[in-house]
This record gives sequence, structure tokens and C-alpha cells, in this order.
Amino acid sequence: MSEAAATPTPQTEPVSAPLTPAREVWLHFRQNKGAMVGMYFIVCLVLTAILADVLAPHSPIVQFREALLVPPAWQEGGSWRFILGTDDIGRDILSRLIYGARLSMIIGFIVVFLSLGFGVVLGLTAAFARGTVEILIMRLMDIMLALPSLLLAIVIVAILGPGLFNAMIAVSIVSLPHFTRLARASAMSELTREYVSSARIAGAGTLRLMFRTVLPNCMAPLIVQATLGFSNAILDAAALGFLGLGAQPPTPEWGTMLAGSLQFVQRAWWVVTFPGLAILLTVLAFNLMGDGLRDALDPKLKR
Amino acid sequence: MPALLEIRGLTVEFATSRGTLRAVDHVDMDVAEGEVLGVVGESGSGKSVSMLALMGLLGSNAKLTADRLAFAGTDLLTLTPRQRRKLVGKDVAMIFQEPTTSLNPCFTVGFQIVEALKEHMGGTRKWRRDRAVELLTLVGIPDPGARLNAFPHQLSGGMNQRVMIAMAIACQPRLLIADEPTTALDVTIQAQILELLTRLQRQHNMAMVLITHDMAVVSETAQRVQVMYAGQLVETRSADELFTRPRHPYTAALLSSLPEHAERRARLATIPGLVPGIGDRPVGCLFSPRCAYATDRCRGERPALYRDPEGLARCFYPLDDSGRPEGVAA
Amino acid sequence: MTVVMEAKGVRRYYEVRKGMLAKPAVVRAVDGVSFTLEAGKTLAIVGESGCGKSSLARVLAMLEQPTDGELLIDGLPTLAQEPDRRVKLRRAVQMVFQNPYGSLNPRHTVGRILEEPLEINTDLSREARAEAARAILARVGLRPEAYGRYPHMFSGGQRQRIAIARALMLNPRVVIADEPVSALDISIQGQILNLLMDLQDELQLAYVFVSHDLGVVHHIADEVMVMYLGRPVEHGETSLLFDRPAHPYTRALLGSRPRIQTGDKTPRKTLSGELPSPLRPPPGCAFHQRCTFATELCMRDRPELRQVEGRAVACHHAETVLAAAA
Repeated sequence: MSEAAATPTPQTEPVSAPLTPAREVWLHFRQNKGAMVGMYFIVCLVLTAILADVLAPHSPIVQFREALLVPPAWQEGGSWRFILGTDDIGRDILSRLIYGARLSMIIGFIVVFLSLGFGVVLGLTAAFARGTVEILIMRLMDIMLALPSLLLAIVIVAILGPGLFNAMIAVSIVSLPHFTRLARASAMSELTREYVSSARIAGAGTLRLMFRTVLPNCMAPLIVQATLGFSNAILDAAALGFLGLGAQPPTPEWGTMLAGSLQFVQRAWWVVTFPGLAILLTVLAFNLMGDGLRDALDPKLKR
Repeated sequence: MPALLEIRGLTVEFATSRGTLRAVDHVDMDVAEGEVLGVVGESGSGKSVSMLALMGLLGSNAKLTADRLAFAGTDLLTLTPRQRRKLVGKDVAMIFQEPTTSLNPCFTVGFQIVEALKEHMGGTRKWRRDRAVELLTLVGIPDPGARLNAFPHQLSGGMNQRVMIAMAIACQPRLLIADEPTTALDVTIQAQILELLTRLQRQHNMAMVLITHDMAVVSETAQRVQVMYAGQLVETRSADELFTRPRHPYTAALLSSLPEHAERRARLATIPGLVPGIGDRPVGCLFSPRCAYATDRCRGERPALYRDPEGLARCFYPLDDSGRPEGVAA
Repeated sequence: MTVVMEAKGVRRYYEVRKGMLAKPAVVRAVDGVSFTLEAGKTLAIVGESGCGKSSLARVLAMLEQPTDGELLIDGLPTLAQEPDRRVKLRRAVQMVFQNPYGSLNPRHTVGRILEEPLEINTDLSREARAEAARAILARVGLRPEAYGRYPHMFSGGQRQRIAIARALMLNPRVVIADEPVSALDISIQGQILNLLMDLQDELQLAYVFVSHDLGVVHHIADEVMVMYLGRPVEHGETSLLFDRPAHPYTRALLGSRPRIQTGDKTPRKTLSGELPSPLRPPPGCAFHQRCTFATELCMRDRPELRQVEGRAVACHHAETVLAAAA
């Protein structure tokens, strides 16, 4: 390139401080109180999961034969040794909840990772390939969506065998169509934009176009779906656990905890309530955060 | 005779995440009965926002203040939103830039025209339908009876703009605000639409405010012109005067930057810099960072609108007949 | 002067499905365009929406293959199959788009946007790429800080500068500019046009300038091709066409332009009617329904391009049109 001989007048700089797209999103997100509460809760949950070994007063599977169905500490008959009480075979509920948090986080991450990962690849492929490939992929997703998700998950687990890992695979498969459709819809709308043509003119091949040009611009709805998918994964795994098809006892998964304790609703409410409350609060937190993210990431709401 | 539309000191501010944006800054405007006023400016000039404010079409994050905002003698600032809507849809109408997206895509064209009639004129269903056909014929749409059942996406941009005009004049407004009505259209269709607008304006003695960035369109259509820059009114005078003897440096610079005014392949005269946004609004004259004739006074003090024999200009040293600022050594 | 681009009877047809069982209709978006373009010259393609100029731009930029006809760049046919030939062709033609707000990837920094063509097509090291990007930024009049910023931080005019900079990264011979200044304010248009002219003189770039703005076209173009419904109706030197148009459509276009007038305003003679649907082009001359010079001949026979008074025009009555102006 030649040096700037007749340089045109340099432009006055825009004065706004260099805001990366990420920082702008954060600034908007911060304004949503509900979303911030949700986020703090999740941070606490993640920390609990990581520090479970340190935080839990007891082991989640040790049975204290002398302390069956002990009520929570503030009730008559309770003791501060078992703050939230014990279940019917003497396991400390608080410790089980804490270790259960770790399990829920793992479930959420793995399910979202798998369904997001495969969903994005399938969705982008459908959007770029068009024609027969697209039809095949999308009809397959339609079929999966047409079946009741829980039923489909049960069938998959029945085939693979009960267990937490298989439950996670089942839930991933069931969540796949949502991500695929989102990715495809987003990609299709981005493909009409001129910066994609610009990349083509620069010589970009299909793979580069898919993952480096288009995908970063599709992330907004995918991120929102991922946060909501996290809570769905926990709920679905809990449902499977509830049905005895997910985590097997003595694994302290919240859903499995619920399953084994329904019979105690009258006698020992704490055995049912606390796992249920944990599920409720976690799902609520993720939904609040997901909503906040959606608002913050929506370009139309920004300007 | 009192002006049909009287605006004094209109200011519109938007609350944004980066601070308050003053989109319209103490703007005055007068439109007489049957007059065509051209409002010229580039992006960020506030020309559209000021009219949207008048029509009450701005969102909730907009703050509107004015010393006076009156239409046909009625003070708009004292009206309830309901009263304002009754007035605004009927006597004051507006058409917009993008015809196809300004019409509701879910309803037929006929339905939308009839809806406007129903709201403000009443009448029987038959009368409304006949009037709709009459209006479509008036705006030059062929086969109007059949077109009533067409959806906006089935019609071309030019056709949709005619439909919008039909909706606007349905209730025989006294003032029509046209916000860049032809910018999105091809040049031959542009000519047709402008010709239609001027014809309707003359036939119905309708006042018109024509907002555009195209100086040539304004010179052909308007009697008086207002030039806006960065939310302020910077110059106003008759169209002939403005184009032969502009007094504000911005107007002069804008005119000289048109390709028509340069020799083929010569470098075009340009205005360096950018329109001020939030955060870099100058202390003095808003145009001073870009003005070839700016002095220290210009940079430190905000000029008011100063009257000269033919109009107003917001400049301490308006240009004289030879195109150089008065009172400043060449 | 070297010929950098040559089009020979380029055609681009699209198929439009009309239901499951009906035969698809054919839209002749570009129906026989030929021209030669020399280095350092500008050819303007002028017309209204539906004339095919955007489709032609995409074909010339090699975003789409012509359905028929030939396109040669630097003497090489664009249907070349060898990979290194394709790379060479790819580097020779670049494009600047109309919409400054859509043509830059919102998620990439300016530096990355500029370096991408080099990343894909060359073996330059990271440092070399960055250096080239910074040099180009200076050349188009942007501050070095722009390198790390995102597109949304820039105004429309600045974004077009970035788009032009990107187009220059591969040292192209031809730049297809698709309405590069239409979306910009008047005071910024001049800056960008000046930049384009400077770059053209300095680098001997050839431009194909697609536009509907006749004022800009008159200023910047050496040759003009007027298109109507996919076919060129007049093609010749700019001053010649503007001063003495030979085709009724060219005349109508020029006459429809708003001009700055003071004193007694002469009303413009407007062209009536609308563009016919490309799915149902009229028989004979596509323009005859709206043409004041049309005769029976025009309804039957489609006129071909022929030389009249130093330019090519597709009209049976070109001589009459020229005489009418006199």
C-alpha cells in the first residue's frame, strides 16, 4: 500500500468509551433487579456445588440409625446436628441437598453442552445446506417435538437402562430440537445480511461462514435458550429421577429425593419440602436470569 | 392572520443509557394556511422527531417541552390525549418514509382506509367504501375497486405510498406532514408522488410540511424552507432566497457539496467532521467545529436566531451576498 | 489501457416456484449485458428497482455464476476450475455494499474485519496482516484507534470507509460499488466520493458503480449503462448520454430528477405507470407501455442494441428521440 499522500480529513472520533458488545449487555442486564437476584442465587449454587465437601456437615449417604425422620432444627424434636432434619433412613437432608446441588449443576452443564453443541451444528447445517438436507434435519426435529418430551425421555432411558448418565443423555436428546430450530432460524435471518456476502467475497468457505461469520451473531437467542435449558434439564432429570429412571438411590439427586419421600408428606413434611424447594428456587433463578439476558441481548430494545 | 401551526421553543429529550440526548433544541415553526414549508436537514438534525412530537407519536422515554404548540388557535399542550387524538388524526395527517412497512401488513388496503374514515368521519359502510374508491382514484391508483382488497405486500412501493396519501387525505386534513415521502422510492416514481402531493395540496388548499434531506425536492416544492442542524433551527427564509443567497454557513456548505454544483471528476466540497452526538455537544455554536469561518466567539457562545430582511439565521457572522461572512475579514 | 473486466452476453436467470406441480417461472434478472472495462475507469450501471443492476453486481463480483454468457477478469474466464486460478480471480474483484449498517460483521473488531481477506487468501503472518490493516486504515482516513473498535461505534460514513478499506485489502483490479453512498448524508457523500476518486487515481482501480442517483453518476462515471427490466437500453459516454439521451427511458430518468430551481419552476414531465412485473414482461420492447414515442413496431419487435451517434441504444426510434431534444 502506498503511504497516505493526499490523506482525506481524519474523522472526529466518536466520543463514547470503547464499549465491547459484552460490556453493553452487562450494563443492561445489571438494570434488571430480578435477573441480578437470579444470577446471585446461581453463583451461590455453583459455589455450593464446588465446595460441597467443605460445606456439608455430613456425608450424603451415611445413615444415622438413631436419627430417623428427625425434624428440622427449629422444630420440637429437632437438633442442630441435622439442621434440616433427616429422611426415613437417617440421612442428613442438608448434606444431601448440598451434594445434590453439585449433581444438578453437572446435569445442567452436560445436558446444555450436548444439546447446544449438536443443536447448533444441526441448525447451522440446515440453514446453509437448504434442500434435502435441511428437510431431513428439520422433519426429524419436528418428529421429536411431536412426541411428549417426558415420554420420549422415558423411552430412551428404558432403552439405555436407568441411571443418571443415561438420564442426562435422554434429556439432551429431548432438548435438541429447540436448539436446532433456534440456530436455524437465527442463521437463516443472518444469511440475508450483507456482511455474509462480504465474507463470501473475501473468499470465505462454508465452514468459516458457518462458525466464524454467522454463529457469533446467532448467539443471543441461543444463550437465552441455554439458561432456560439449564433449568429444564434439572426439572427433567428430577422428573426421571422421580419416576425411578434417573439417578438411582442412594445418589442425592433432588428429584430422586422427592420420589422416595412422597409417602411422608403428612408425617415428615421436611423430607418432601426441602428438595422440592431447592428445585423450585433453582429453576426460578435460571428463568429470571434467562429473561434478563433476553432483554439485555435484544438489539431492538437497546436503542 | 394567525398561523395554522404555531410552534415556539419545542424541545425533545430522550433518556438513553448514555445520558440525555437532546434531539430537538428550542425549535420554532410557523405554517400558514395552504403553505408548503420544507424542512431540510441530515441525520441527527431533529427534523423528523419534531414532527413526531407534534403528532404525539414519540415513545415514553421522550420528554417534550414547548413554550407554545398550537394548531388553528387550539393550544395542544392543554389537551388530554383523547382530545389530541381527535384533532390530530383528522385535521393533521402524516405520511412516512417507508410505505410498505408503514401500512399494517395484516389488513387489506381498503380496510385501513375505511378505518381512518370510520374513526373521524362516521357515515354508513357503503358511503365509506365509496369514499375509499374515490380516494384511490384521486391518488391515481388504477382499478381501485379491486385494489381495495389487496394487501400492502402485494403492491409496489409507489402504490403503497399512494395508499398512505389516500389515508392521509381521507379526512380532508388542513395540514399534511410528509416525512421523507419519496426517499425510499425510485426517481421516476418519486416524481409521480411529488407531483401528486403538490396537486392535492393546491386543490384542497392543504398546508404541507415536507421533511426531506433532498435540497432539490424542496426547491421545487416548497415556498419557505427551514434548515435544521443537530436539533436546532439554523436558517429559515423563502425557498428562492435560500437557494440563491443562503446566509448560514451550514446551508451554504450543504449546497456546495452537491455533485451538481461541481465539475465532473473534480473533488467535491465537503464538510469535515461529524454531527455532534451525546457527549460532544460544543459549548458554543453547534456547527462551529465544522465551520470554515468559525471564530473564538462562535466556539464560546451560542448564537441566537438573528433576523435579516429575508428571514432568520442562527449565526454571529451570516454570509453576505458574495458568500463570505459579514464582519469577518476575508 | 488494459482491459480488466469484460462481460459478454451475461445472463442471470432465477427460477420461481409457482406451487408444487406448476412449472417454475423464470425471472430474467439480467438478460444480456456486455461491456469492457479498463483500469482507472468507472462504469456506472443505472436503473430503478427491478432493472437487474443488483443481480448484475452480484454476478460481476462472482457471488453468483452467470446462467449464460461469459465474464472475464484480467483475461481469465470466471468459470475457471483450478483452485489457484479461482483465488487469483477472487482477489481481483471486490465489492462495497450499500448498507453501511449491515455490511460489517457486528461481532468482529475493525481489525479483524480488515484482516479476514488476508487470512483467507494469503500466507501473511499475524504481524504482517495487522500492519497492512493499519496502513489501510490511515489510507481511508480513519484514526489508528479504529483498529480495536466495533462497527457500531462508527457513523455511516466511517463504516463505508471501513468497507472500502476492506475491499482494498487484496489489491483488487475491479471494485464493484453497489450504491455506496445512497444511505449516507449529503455532506458525507462527498467525502466518500472524493475518497473513491482519490483511490482510483492512485491505484488505477476500475469501478463498476451501481446507482440510482444520477447526480452522483454524472460526477464520477466515465461510461453509463442504463438498464430496464434486465436489459441495457443505452450505453455510452457519460456526458454524451446526459446531454443527448437517445432512449426514451434515459430521457425520462434524466427528466424525473429533481433540480434546484429558483424563480418560475418548470414542472417536470413525469413518467407514467410502473415497472412491469419481471414474471410477465411485455411483448416487444419492455418499455413500450410507458413510452411516449412508442409505435406498433415497438409492441411487436424487441429492439437490439445498435450504434447511434456514438453510443449503443436499444430503441427503434432513437433518432426521433434525439431530434425531439434539439
